[in-house]
Amino acid sequence: MAHAQGQQHPIGIYLKIWGLLFVLSTASYLVDYFHFQGYLRWFLIVLFMLLKAGLIVAVFMHMLWERLALMYAILVPPLLLLVLLGIGSLEADYTFFTRGTFFGGG
Amino acid sequence: MTQAIQTNTGESLPLPEGLPGVVADWSSDQRAFKNVPWGKAMMWIFLLSDTFIFTSFLISYMTVRMSTTDPWPNPSEVFALTLWGKNIPLILIAIMTFILISSSGTMAMAVNFGYRKDRVKTFVLLLLTAALGASFVGMQAFEWTKLIMEGVRPWGNPWGAAQFGSSFFMITGFHGTHVSIGVIFLIIVAIKVLRGDLDHQRPGFLTGRKGNYEMVEIMGLYWHFVDLVWVFIFALFYLW
Repeated sequence: MAHAQGQQHPIGIYLKIWGLLFVLSTASYLVDYFHFQGYLRWFLIVLFMLLKAGLIVAVFMHMLWERLALMYAILVPPLLLLVLLGIGSLEADYTFFTRGTFFGGG
Repeated sequence: MTQAIQTNTGESLPLPEGLPGVVADWSSDQRAFKNVPWGKAMMWIFLLSDTFIFTSFLISYMTVRMSTTDPWPNPSEVFALTLWGKNIPLILIAIMTFILISSSGTMAMAVNFGYRKDRVKTFVLLLLTAALGASFVGMQAFEWTKLIMEGVRPWGNPWGAAQFGSSFFMITGFHGTHVSIGVIFLIIVAIKVLRGDLDHQRPGFLTGRKGNYEMVEIMGLYWHFVDLVWVFIFALFYLW
């Protein structure tokens, strides 16, 4: 593989990941179908979502075989969005609270 | 698995691996992204910016959903279809998900056959990817039509929180636009592959750059990203 051009991998790995993505999608659909609720639902949905996203980025988009410099440049900045997520949920809670106080009509 | 695949980018310096590699690549006063053509690095950076756009949409959707005092319409019922006399929850969305994943699979294989210079197989797989993408957009158009007929508008709907419509049309609309652009992009690349533009390094009509099979992989990055975004929309909008 020393002087191969571009990303060359056996076809088999794509077929395996393809199959795995089908299984994970079916699993997340079944979460809804069987009406799981509460924390169990959240845990399963987010777990399947992150597994699928990881497989797509790592194998289909070949991130697994890129150099670490590119990996960090692309995968680290989105972590900033967690801050936005935190701000958004704080703000939403506060808005919900004030709406309850002023429009609730208790 | 950690050994990077060598692509000739004209480097002559030794390339250390791991963390020393990050430092060496970024501090070497030359191109930071070794072993990838510039087009691929730029596509990744574009996708990074697109990640921020879609995440902003999803976070604003979360914010309006958490802050509304009206009940949120239940997606499981809203997107149910009656098939063979039975009411199946969320079935259309599940089918759309499988179609998009399949198109990602055919795309990955198209990239692979491209690097093997198998023109006909690459062309067929790219066209198959485009067809799956087009059917996804078709189903989305059907879904939009159904919801609009039922009275969903960006400012209100019959079942509860008014924010449901605006979030739905904004997020799925933006995603559908990405898929549509991807289908056009796929057809263009497929034609280039079949004509042999990439084998003979013919300049492109828009950029004038020489054709090569890394273009197929760069196209693939965009397409997989569209699938990736759908994974998050499916989980956070339809399953929440």
